[in-house]
Amino acid sequence: MDAFGLDGLDELVRALIADGHRVIGPRRRDDAIVLDDVTGVADLPSGWGVEVAPGRYRLHRRGDDALFRHSAGPQSWKRFVHPPRRKLWETTDVGFAAAPDDERRLAFLGVRGCDLAALGVLGRVLGARSRPFIVAVDCTEPGGLCFCASTGTGPSVGPGYDLALTERLDDTGHWFLADAGSEDGERILAAVTRRPATADEVAGALRDVTAAAGRMGRQMPALDLRQLLHDSRQAQHWNDVAERCLTCGNCTMVCPTCFCTTTEDVTDLTGDHAERWEHWASCFEVDFSYLHGGSVRTSAASRYRQWLSHKLGTWHDQFGESGCVGCGRCIAWCPVGIDITAEVAALAAERSGDDVDV
Amino acid sequence: MLPARYVVTGRTVETADSVTLRLEPLERPIPRFQPGQFTMLYARGVGEIAVSISGDPSVVDSALTQTVRAVGAVSRALHDAKPGTVVGVRGPYGVGWQPSLAWERDVLVVAGGVGLAPLRPVVLTVLAQRWRYRRLIVVAGARTPREFLYSDELKWWSSRDDLALELTVDHAADGWTGQVGFVTQPLARLPLDPAATTAFVCGPEPMMRFSAETLLRRGVPADRIRISLERNMKCGIGQCGHCQLGPLLVCRDGPVVDYARAAELLSVREL
Ligand SMILES: Cc1cc2nc3c(=O)[nH]c(=O)nc-3n(C[C@H](O)[C@H](O)[C@H](O)COP(=O)(O)OP(=O)(O)OC[C@H]3O[C@@H](n4cnc5c(N)ncnc54)[C@H](O)[C@@H]3O)c2cc1C
Ligand code: SF4
Ligand code: SF4
Ligand code: FES
Repeated sequence: MDAFGLDGLDELVRALIADGHRVIGPRRRDDAIVLDDVTGVADLPSGWGVEVAPGRYRLHRRGDDALFRHSAGPQSWKRFVHPPRRKLWETTDVGFAAAPDDERRLAFLGVRGCDLAALGVLGRVLGARSRPFIVAVDCTEPGGLCFCASTGTGPSVGPGYDLALTERLDDTGHWFLADAGSEDGERILAAVTRRPATADEVAGALRDVTAAAGRMGRQMPALDLRQLLHDSRQAQHWNDVAERCLTCGNCTMVCPTCFCTTTEDVTDLTGDHAERWEHWASCFEVDFSYLHGGSVRTSAASRYRQWLSHKLGTWHDQFGESGCVGCGRCIAWCPVGIDITAEVAALAAERSGDDVDV
Repeated sequence: MLPARYVVTGRTVETADSVTLRLEPLERPIPRFQPGQFTMLYARGVGEIAVSISGDPSVVDSALTQTVRAVGAVSRALHDAKPGTVVGVRGPYGVGWQPSLAWERDVLVVAGGVGLAPLRPVVLTVLAQRWRYRRLIVVAGARTPREFLYSDELKWWSSRDDLALELTVDHAADGWTGQVGFVTQPLARLPLDPAATTAFVCGPEPMMRFSAETLLRRGVPADRIRISLERNMKCGIGQCGHCQLGPLLVCRDGPVVDYARAAELLSVREL
C-alpha cells in the first residue's frame, strides 16, 4: 500500500481530470454536504462534520481538517449513474432516435463502503451502464444513523473500487493510505507523488476501521429479513407506521438503491416531434400502482409496507440480494424520523408476540 | 429500449370500445412472440402501454395483431389509430401461457371480457397442433352479448366438434339464447377430468380468483391453473419497479403465473 499527503490527493484529482474524467466529490453547499464537480482538494469540505439523528441533519465545524468524515448526505451517487430526469428518446416522422449519452467518463471521489455496495446493487438492477472510476474511502468515524456493519457493506470498502483511501489524521499530519483495486487505479496512482506505507501505518488504519464497526449508531436486527417481511404481510404494525408516515417519498429519493422511475411524454405544438423522458418515481405515490379504475396501493400502510418489504425482502427474490446497504439516509431525511431499523425490530417483536412501541 | 416503428394496416371494430389492430413493421420487426406475451405500444406523443399480442402464433409473418380497449388517453389514441398511423412497438415481453405445459392434457381456456385477447393465441395454437392436446374447452364471458371480442371467430369455434365453447353473459339482451351468469357457473358444472386439466384464465382479477377457486374445488391442481396478472407497467423490462406484486416483477416474472404462486399474493389486500 502507498501513502500520500494532501498534495498527493490534489494530484490524484488532477490526474483523473487529465485522463478525461469528470470528477464528482463531496462539497459543502448551503447547509449540507452535496456531491458535485470538484477540481481539487480546495473544493472538498475540509473540517466539516455532520451530526445526524432521526429526522435531523446538521453540519458542524470539526476540530480538525478532515475531508471525508461526514456521514451520508442528502444525495447519493445514484443521481450520476441513474439521473433524476433524462431523455430516453425522441421521435419524428422518420423514426426513433436515442438520446445521446454524455461521453465523459465519471470519477467518484470519496465513495463510502455503503455507497460502493449501493452502486453494485443499482448496477445489478439496471444493467451495466457506463462504469465510473471509483475512489472509495474507508470509514473510521461512523455517524449516528449508520448501520453498515450489520448489513455487511462497511465500514471498510468492499470490492469494486479502483482506488481505496483511508484518511489519516495523526501526529505525523494529514495523509492518506491508498490501495489500487484495478489496473486503471494503478495507472492513476502512478501519477501521484507517494511513498510506500509502513506496516505499522497499514495496521493502524486497519485497527481504526475495524474499531469503527463497533461504534455504529444503529444496527439492523440480525434476522432473516426476507422471511420476516414475508411473515409480516398482515402485521398490525403497518397501521402504526402509517399513523406517522407522511408518504412523502423522501426515503425513496435519498436511498442510494431505490431505482423506480416513471415516464413522461412531451410533444411540440405541431405534434411532429415527440420526446419520452424518464424520471425518478416513488412507491409512495398513489399513482405508482395505478390501474385503470384505481390504484392497488392506496393506504399509507400498504405503501410503507411495499417500501420496506421490497427493500429488505422481495429484493432478494427479484435480484438475489438485499436492497438496503445501511447508509442511514432514509432515517435522517424522514421528516418524522421513521427509523428503518426500529420498524424492523417492531415487526420482529410483533411476529414473536411481544408488542413494542417505537 | 428504442421502439420499432410499425404501421397500422388493419383495424377491425370488435365492440363499442375495442378494436383489433393489424400492425406491420416499417423496418426491423420485433422477435417472434409466445402466446401470452405482450408489447409496449406507443402512441406518438401520448404514451406507451402494455398490450397483449392476440394474433395467430402459427402464422409466420412479421405482422402483429393486438386488441385494444379504450379506457384512457393512450389506449384511446391506439384505439382511434386509423390505417396508415405509425406506432412504436417494444417487446415481446414477459412469460407467456406456455401451451406446451398442456400437451397430452385437457385444455380449459377461461376468459372474461378483453381477457380473451391474450388467450386467443392459446386456442389457435391448440387448434393448429390439435393432436398434441386432449379436449379443448373454451369458456368466455362478457357483460352483454355485444361485448364479445372476435365474434366471427367464436361462431367458427362453436361450429367445430374438436372444441367445446361455452359463452355466458352477465346481462342478456334481445335475442340472446345462451347462458346468463358469471363464468364460474359453467366452470362449476362442466364435465372435467380435473387431474388431467390445465386451465388458462384471463380477465379482471376478481374473475380470475373466483374461477381459480372454483377449479381448485373441482380438483384441478393449483399449479395447473395459469392466470395472467395485470399491474401498472412503465418499462416492461424489470427496471421501473411499477409492476411489483410481492416478489414478482410482473413484466419479467409474469404476466402469466401459476395460481399456486399467485393465490397467496392476491389474497393480501393492497399488496
Ligand atoms: C400484461 C398486460 C397486458 C395487457 N393487455 C391488454 C390488451 O391486450 N388490450 C388492452 O386493451 N389492454 C391491455 N392491458 C391493459 C392496458 O395496459 C391498460 O388498459 C392501459 O395501460 C391503460 O392506459 P391508458 O393510458 O389508456 O389509461 P389510464 O387509465 O389513463 O392509465 C394511465 C396509465 O396507467 C398505467 N395503467 C393503467 N391501467 C393499466 C393496466 N391495466 N395495466 C398496466 N398499466 C396500466 C399505464 O401506464 C397508463 O398509461 C394489458 C395490461 C397488462 C399489464
Ligand atoms: S433503506 Fe435507508 S439505510 Fe437502507 S440503503 Fe436505503 S436509505 Fe440507506
Ligand atoms: S422501495 Fe419503492 S421506490 Fe424503492 S425500489 Fe422498491 S418499489 Fe422502488
Ligand atoms: S413494468 Fe417496469 S419493472 Fe415491470
